[in-house]
Amino acid sequence: MRVIRTSKAAKISIMLATLVLLVLILAPWWAGRADIRLMGELFLYLALASLWNLMAGYAGLVSVGQQAYVGFGGYMLFALTIFAGFPPVVAIVGAGALGALVSVPVALLIFRLRGAYFAIGTWVIAEVFRLSFAQVSALGGGSGSSLPVKIVRSMADGRSEREALSYWLALGIAFCVIAAVYMFLRSRQGLALTAIRDNELAASSLGIDIWRTKFVVYVVASALTAMVGALIFLQKLRISPDAAFSVNDWTAFVIFIVVIGGIGTIEGPIIGTLIFFALRETLADLGTVYLMVLGVVAILIMLRAPKGLWGLVRARFDLELFPLGYRVISDKVKKE
Amino acid sequence: MDWVNVIVQGTLLGGLYALFAAGLSLIFGVMRLVNIAHGDLIIFAAYLGLTVVMTTGLHPILALVFVIPAMALIGYALQVGILNHTLGDDLLPPLLVTFGLSVIIQNSLLEIYTADPQKMDAGVLETASFSLGDLQLGVLPVLTFGIAVVVIASLQWLFYRTALGRAFRAVSDDQDIAQLMGLNRRHIFGLAMALALAVTGIAGILLGIRTSFDPSVGGGRLIFGFEAVIIGGLGNLWGTLAGGVILGVAQTIGAKIDPGWQILAGHVAFLLVLAIRPQGLFPRISG
Amino acid sequence: MADPLLQISKLDAYYNDFQALYQLDMSLGEGEVLAIIGSNGAGKTTLMRSISGLISNNSSQMRYRGNPIGALRADQVAALGIALVPEGRQLFPSLSVEENLLIGGRLGRKGPWSLRTVFNLFPILEERRRLPSTSLSGGQQQMVAIGRALMSNPDLILFDEISLGLAPVIIKSIYDALPNIVGEGISAMIVEQDISKAISVSNRVYCLQEGRISLEGSSKSISREEISHAYFGIT
Repeated sequence: MRVIRTSKAAKISIMLATLVLLVLILAPWWAGRADIRLMGELFLYLALASLWNLMAGYAGLVSVGQQAYVGFGGYMLFALTIFAGFPPVVAIVGAGALGALVSVPVALLIFRLRGAYFAIGTWVIAEVFRLSFAQVSALGGGSGSSLPVKIVRSMADGRSEREALSYWLALGIAFCVIAAVYMFLRSRQGLALTAIRDNELAASSLGIDIWRTKFVVYVVASALTAMVGALIFLQKLRISPDAAFSVNDWTAFVIFIVVIGGIGTIEGPIIGTLIFFALRETLADLGTVYLMVLGVVAILIMLRAPKGLWGLVRARFDLELFPLGYRVISDKVKKE
Repeated sequence: MDWVNVIVQGTLLGGLYALFAAGLSLIFGVMRLVNIAHGDLIIFAAYLGLTVVMTTGLHPILALVFVIPAMALIGYALQVGILNHTLGDDLLPPLLVTFGLSVIIQNSLLEIYTADPQKMDAGVLETASFSLGDLQLGVLPVLTFGIAVVVIASLQWLFYRTALGRAFRAVSDDQDIAQLMGLNRRHIFGLAMALALAVTGIAGILLGIRTSFDPSVGGGRLIFGFEAVIIGGLGNLWGTLAGGVILGVAQTIGAKIDPGWQILAGHVAFLLVLAIRPQGLFPRISG
Repeated sequence: MADPLLQISKLDAYYNDFQALYQLDMSLGEGEVLAIIGSNGAGKTTLMRSISGLISNNSSQMRYRGNPIGALRADQVAALGIALVPEGRQLFPSLSVEENLLIGGRLGRKGPWSLRTVFNLFPILEERRRLPSTSLSGGQQQMVAIGRALMSNPDLILFDEISLGLAPVIIKSIYDALPNIVGEGISAMIVEQDISKAISVSNRVYCLQEGRISLEGSSKSISREEISHAYFGIT
């Protein structure tokens, strides 16, 4: 008897994924400016969605306040480059580190809340961040500020080089986030997490420290979210409290992506992001109607297909592209 | 004397916040559901009131005659039609469905009424005031606080002195065994939501008279209601009133120090309670 | 025998994913008291939950007064006049003793049982009427649970392991009160671990073993040896 972790589908998808990755890395040479920007934005949403999914789908931490870290990361990027003179790319990493730091006291506070109350608690924190940053006049107060031109120029010479760099950073962060999530879930910590998700009481009776596991997930996810936020506002070149901490932009869309794609799976956010952007490109002109459609679709999916579109595919075809499970292969031949 | 005035105004403001919170508290008590769309439903009620006032010319307070039953019906339909299907052990479906509802309601209101701020005109009621010793008290804030107390007292009476209240408490304790008593829990949950939205209707009208509103402010009202519930303690309606008052006082003190700090001061008070006494001041059930 | 009050035919019932009852056939006549015995896991509680509607089954697998009830919800079954005294009492903690009884009577069915007559049956409950129901002792809680079921004036009352966790002296006092209950013309099914008690108050007895009936007979004439064999599955 053997226990294996992979499958034929997974092996094929690894080969395909490597191919796709190569194509994507070469994009600045074959894609137009608008497409590069679009793909970059897609990767950033993919990263946000994967992180939200890790927290909600695996650790049971449903947050409607991740915009706190997106905005925090953005503001830290501005602060580190403008006041501390960090090069932008270094500032991104710095924003992540600071995000991790600030998430610790936040977690200590809001972990006292459970379930949906925890969710609203995260929203309150985001509001506190928003209102606090609006008070910081050095960073533009309520109306925000722009990234000085010399900092923008310091990234690379020439506009297309800067855009390529932004694009690669976005692709890189999306890749790193997905890889990190995948490696984490394959590890013992990850197994503990899945156990907690499936049955908290049983998991704790097995000696798994639930609080610590959730805490680590929250801090890591928040740090990475802050890094994504830094990158987002590096691209936008302008930050303001309302834009930085927007619930719609950084939480509603992310939640819809994960719900529609399939919560609690790694493939789900990928599919969800693709669908979300496809919908957006076709429906964007409709503004509010677009959001209503998203809301209706999300509700329908939650009621009818709670595991999302990937969940439907997976149930139908027993597919797992990111192998997390274990398969037992028997050596015995079955008797007819 | 000025600080006394601040505290009194804050207390009266707390009455409005308690009305925001009462519906939230009720629903959580009966079915352990937290409705993320709750704040947007308050705003929806305000718009409903606005439409009634605009089409019939009635005074906003009289519009309650239409708004309360309308909200109750909507609550029943919402619960039986959608939310009942999300209830169960998993915490994600009710949370995500109510989040989706929140987005739908906000954007529907935006489509219908645009983003322009609106306000209902209550005439004399808004500016009338009277003196109590050295204090000047507005009629509207006092009326709002009075209504909040009456609503909460009525809800308490309903819960602890009537058969329906027994049914609510039984279903909240144990859905299965409650069914053995002949209670159709889907219907009971529908009634609970109808009641909660009726209270929300009152809150919406009073809000709409007091300040201007637009489709995007629902989230803020949810947060105030939520903070009042947490500060006061879960499962205790009088505690929710106390929580509302504390929140209102914190905000008014914050506003006195600096007008831009009003809401932040409320959040700080909430976080302090969370840090020092996370179960709230007068809890009756655990989260 | 005249048409049975309750007719169970080929009942398959599940406890989560696990099949607990296999093709069960059983009948209960009007005014009869049936004892259901069997070891843990034999399927007794699944049977009670199926009849009372807490578990949903195939519609015609259970007939009450000739009407199919298998697929009905528990509140619909309660309205028909079938009451369950659940295993482990399961009183409502947020309700007082009196409120637990009152909610039992909310269906408003006509009959001999009311708050007054229940208090006459279990006087200690009248003393404790305003206390939170779960603050009472185990035996007193069992009285509340029985009283709560009686308040609905049922025609069929199901007792699920009422002696569980109680001292023998308490069990005796409860069983002493049983004739007052079933004597009023109510039919009953009594699930019990305490075999002698079950036999003493019933007309007929069924023994369940791993989801199937291993023995059926008249309580008066059945022998201890037959029961032991059926209980433990010794053939």
